[in-house]
Amino acid sequence: MEESYLELRRKLAERDRSLHEKVVSLEEAASLVKDGETVGIGGSTLSRTPMAMIFALIRAGRKRLSCARGIVSSEGDLLFASGVSDHIVTSWFSQGIVWGISKVMRHHVESRKARFDEWSHMAMGLRFRAGAMGLPFLPMRSMLGSDVLRERPEPREMACPFTGEKLLLVPALNPDVAIIHVQRCDAYGNAQIDGLQFMDIDLALAANRVILTTERIVSNDQIRRAPDQTKIPFFAVEAVVEVPFGCAPHECGGVYEPLFRHMDYYTSLVNTDPVSGMGEYLERYIYGPKSWIDYLELLGLADLLDAARRGRSIANE
Amino acid sequence: MSSSDAYTASELLAVMSSRLLKDGQVVFAGVGIPLLAATLAQALHCPGLTILFEGGVIGPIIEPGKLPPSTNEQRCTKRANMVLGSTDVLLLLQRGYVDVGFMGGAQIDQYGNLNSSYIGDPSSPKARLPGTGGGNDISSLTQMIVAMKHEKRRFVESVDFVTSPGFLRGGTTRRDAGLPAGGMYRVVTDLGIFGFDDTTKRMKVVALHPGATLEKLRDNTAFELAVEADIAVTERPAARELDVLRKLDPARLYIA
Repeated sequence: MEESYLELRRKLAERDRSLHEKVVSLEEAASLVKDGETVGIGGSTLSRTPMAMIFALIRAGRKRLSCARGIVSSEGDLLFASGVSDHIVTSWFSQGIVWGISKVMRHHVESRKARFDEWSHMAMGLRFRAGAMGLPFLPMRSMLGSDVLRERPEPREMACPFTGEKLLLVPALNPDVAIIHVQRCDAYGNAQIDGLQFMDIDLALAANRVILTTERIVSNDQIRRAPDQTKIPFFAVEAVVEVPFGCAPHECGGVYEPLFRHMDYYTSLVNTDPVSGMGEYLERYIYGPKSWIDYLELLGLADLLDAARRGRSIANE
Repeated sequence: MSSSDAYTASELLAVMSSRLLKDGQVVFAGVGIPLLAATLAQALHCPGLTILFEGGVIGPIIEPGKLPPSTNEQRCTKRANMVLGSTDVLLLLQRGYVDVGFMGGAQIDQYGNLNSSYIGDPSSPKARLPGTGGGNDISSLTQMIVAMKHEKRRFVESVDFVTSPGFLRGGTTRRDAGLPAGGMYRVVTDLGIFGFDDTTKRMKVVALHPGATLEKLRDNTAFELAVEADIAVTERPAARELDVLRKLDPARLYIA
């Protein structure tokens, strides 16, 4: 992960940064991620999770991905249980507060099948920000004195050269690839994000390349009518995939809320038995369907429409 | 549960902690009891209180019956004054804009340290817990109120793992570690309200709730609580406090 500055710049310089179309299929996008790479995951908890991309990575049989996200929800279960990832770097990992502790996370971490490196939420954010700024680290004032710090070999304490205060330096995170889901973008990768941005702008600029999935691809003219809404610039993006309901059963702000009924079903299944329950879920919902659309059919039209009704109501008074 | 004669432990927690909030404060809140308490305070005695959410939200309006499932979903942004990135909302803590951090707790010790990472030895834990989230940042950078159930296994002499720092090992150890600001202010449980000694930084009894006794406290606490001569007794939850609370959470997700 500690790449030299010039190496990071070289990787950007190598890429075609012209304004060109880069729309691909979900399967083609998955093939752009290589075994063993570090992957930054956009969104947070149940929000704007690039679930379709994770679905495709699992089906493509990727191995040993090292994944980083501000807060990890059920996508972390899927990544561990499928064997796609054996290492997750995050501040919090379980399906969601209402569902208690993820037994899938517990099973993999406690049996040492996989690693869960814990950082504070702000440390995750500043690590992506340092990466986006082209700096090797940023200083911060939390994590000090805690066992969260004691468990981590990477950060360094230092005395501020100006004031003498004790500060913590956290190293930049520059993932090989970022996978981010947005409400809309154009065929060039100009991405507009509504509502919560989480760490996605820093993540996109920190990563060596970005794979965008989007609810819909819009024209470049539409992007240019509101350029202030563009949060990720096209030249950071390597590929664009249009996937409706691309976060289901999680939410995409303003478009759909989580499919709570499915999340209740999922959590009761996998938290009852993290091995056989998870196996059953993967077989039925990830390996079974012929395509993402087929997966959405399994989730069910009624639940998708209900989630969409709730999602769109955010702007209602 | 329609009269104020009866209330649940969670309702008691929410009411008692809402009374600790002051008008005009900026409160960094977790979901569950903290959010209910902050919203209750806004409705009753703190119209100018501002809620911040870790997902990146400043000043949302929480609708009764539509409590967000976490601080990272769109419901948190409803009618907010501002939405920004999560790193930036956390940096507001570091800059000093936040008066109170308000969280729930799984395990706390005599110096107010919180554990949400491991049960048992971290190198071979009995249970891996979800981790800090923003808890470490909030408790490192601002004054804290923690609301939690009072049980012996939760009130331990020393936590297995310091996820979110209180006063570390007491005295000046928090400041010496590089945390000059903030610290535990109050712990609110279903038995009473607790503060911390100015010098030793050990937990002390500030008030008992109606019906609670020092014996009951000792039976449910695995360390010695400092007890001062004058311990207050809190006023039981009022009907209007319970009414607002029950309208906020009609499905009783958090107050059951």
